[in-house]
Amino acid sequence: MRTTRRTVFKLGAGAAFAVAAPAILTQKARAADKRIAMIVKNLGNSYFDACAKGAKNAAKEIGGIEIIYTASAKPTAEDQIAVIDAQIAQHVDGIIVSANDANALVPVGKKAMQRGIKVMSFDSAIAPEGRIVHLSASSTPLIGAKQVQMIGKTLNYKGEVAILSAASTMTNQNSWIAAMKEEWKDPKYKDMPLVATVYGDDQDDKSYREMQGLVKAHPNLKGVISPTTIGIRAGAKAIVDGGLVGKVFITGLGLPSEMKDYVLKGACDTFAIWNPVDYGYSSTYIMNDILAGKPTTEGSKLSMGKKGETTVGKDGECIMGEPFVFDKSNVEEYAKIF
Amino acid sequence: MSAVWKSREFLLAVALALAVAVIGLYQPVFVEWENLSDMLTETSVLFMMALAQMVVILTRGIDLSVAANLALSGFLAALVSQYYPDVPLVLMILAGVLSGLVLGMINGALVAALGIPSIVVTLGTLAVYRGMIIIIAGGDQVNASEMGVSFQAFPKDSFLGLTTPIWITIAVSVLFWVFLNFARTGRGFYAVGGNPVAARYCGINQGKQEFLAYSISGAVSGLCGYLWVARYGVAYSEIANGYELTVIAACVIGGVSIGGGVGTVPGALLGALFLGIVNTALPVLQITPFWQMAISGAVILAAVVINARAERRPDKLILPEARRLGRQRS
Repeated sequence: MRTTRRTVFKLGAGAAFAVAAPAILTQKARAADKRIAMIVKNLGNSYFDACAKGAKNAAKEIGGIEIIYTASAKPTAEDQIAVIDAQIAQHVDGIIVSANDANALVPVGKKAMQRGIKVMSFDSAIAPEGRIVHLSASSTPLIGAKQVQMIGKTLNYKGEVAILSAASTMTNQNSWIAAMKEEWKDPKYKDMPLVATVYGDDQDDKSYREMQGLVKAHPNLKGVISPTTIGIRAGAKAIVDGGLVGKVFITGLGLPSEMKDYVLKGACDTFAIWNPVDYGYSSTYIMNDILAGKPTTEGSKLSMGKKGETTVGKDGECIMGEPFVFDKSNVEEYAKIF
Repeated sequence: MSAVWKSREFLLAVALALAVAVIGLYQPVFVEWENLSDMLTETSVLFMMALAQMVVILTRGIDLSVAANLALSGFLAALVSQYYPDVPLVLMILAGVLSGLVLGMINGALVAALGIPSIVVTLGTLAVYRGMIIIIAGGDQVNASEMGVSFQAFPKDSFLGLTTPIWITIAVSVLFWVFLNFARTGRGFYAVGGNPVAARYCGINQGKQEFLAYSISGAVSGLCGYLWVARYGVAYSEIANGYELTVIAACVIGGVSIGGGVGTVPGALLGALFLGIVNTALPVLQITPFWQMAISGAVILAAVVINARAERRPDKLILPEARRLGRQRS
């Protein structure tokens, strides 16, 4: 019995030290280095890898910041909460999240803020109660309008156009489509009617089949807008495979590394996306301002480094800018980055 | 003679022909050869995957790891193409098939040697195989511009009016048909699943049959992995996510009994064709997306109900002749 009790005591003391040690040992390091965790939707996503690259660039410029880039293997809220919890346990100074679920992440966001950790979201927002600010890459009206403008320019404002979206339940897709329709009301698009909206569920095979179906169901189709990176690359592939280059053009939101071939082959004239390197960069600058204690109330200004300033809007919403357009002239250069 | 007209394969074929005719009335472009060729090419992976899955189901097993295997093997084939663009195409495809075979053999060994239920084994390996893509790739993906030209061109080539994936499907189907109907080992799958006790008394090695079934399933998944990646021009960890359920649905629609021992090559092919038609017809018919899922689901349920109501065979017998005799008797 005695030995057991002693062992328990020893174990207890050991455990107490083990818990305290990292705190004691890292005290010094923390004074010099601010640690910011960038927690994205899932691993294996080249888009977020590019965001992390921008974040690290910003950290280098500012100095004294360490970026911890992490995520779960699957893009689910449960897995993401576990990852955030782990970062809270590590006592990072700030957390930048691309949320897998706006509401499910509120409790864990609150928990982090109660422990003095600054929380902001980018790309995909946490509901306002669970973070301080959210940085949108662009605004819904800007994104919607840009895509209609791009296909209009390619088609010279003449010909039938369809939309190839992701899933019919995705809020960002639907609000972009609504913004496109708003832009479409402009009289200059009167000879460029929207004839169909189809959904490829963000799967390559289904998007490819939907694209084939569109071309067959609408023989006069001239252009397709796909506001999703998977839809646009699968649609572009279907155009190339079906020998439709020059007859049908696709535009939308895509990644340069995935679209390079299709732009050079002529299936896609222009496409856009916010530059994820800039996105991670700006987010890090904003987090740096928050950590420095700058106000984040409505109307206050936060720095985005070389990208200028952003004004905090209602509910802590900030906007980075207009989507960035890629074409034959710059796609190869950016394909090397993301 | 009358048995042929009553067989579920025949009924399914008639239903499919009717469906195509009706769709053709609404949207004539659907029955044009170009669209049918597109549809068969798109469905070729499902045809082969359904055949391979059937062999596993015949032995009373199930292979949930096929889609993960397809993704991993396809990814490896794409990597070979990216880093060794000068390697002959045959070797790139072989890399996919071999990787699939090895992954299938792991399933087979776990099921046959350790006697763990197949649903548990393959659920585990499903996660492992998908996870391995993330580990190998370090989060990267292989894009169209990084794959070799011949690597991507092969699935688009045609020969005598049919695309290469269709030719491969035909070859694989004939191979399966001959193997499952005329080879002793092929009949062994039916024996092991239909009546394991009797099969043991006949001297059929159950473990060996199971190991073989998962190996075949793996190798076919590997081949399909190459075709998938080359066709859609991208390889990453999420491709064909959840595809195993489509494959199993194709088998069930085609009259393959989940209880084992029952299933034919034409049946599985028709089941896959059925889903292929549904998948390609809905976009061409421009049915609203809100109905698409409900329609595909209802169609699957209806097909399964019809299958369940179809007359059950008196016995699951090993030899085709014996089955024919049994049918005449009933």
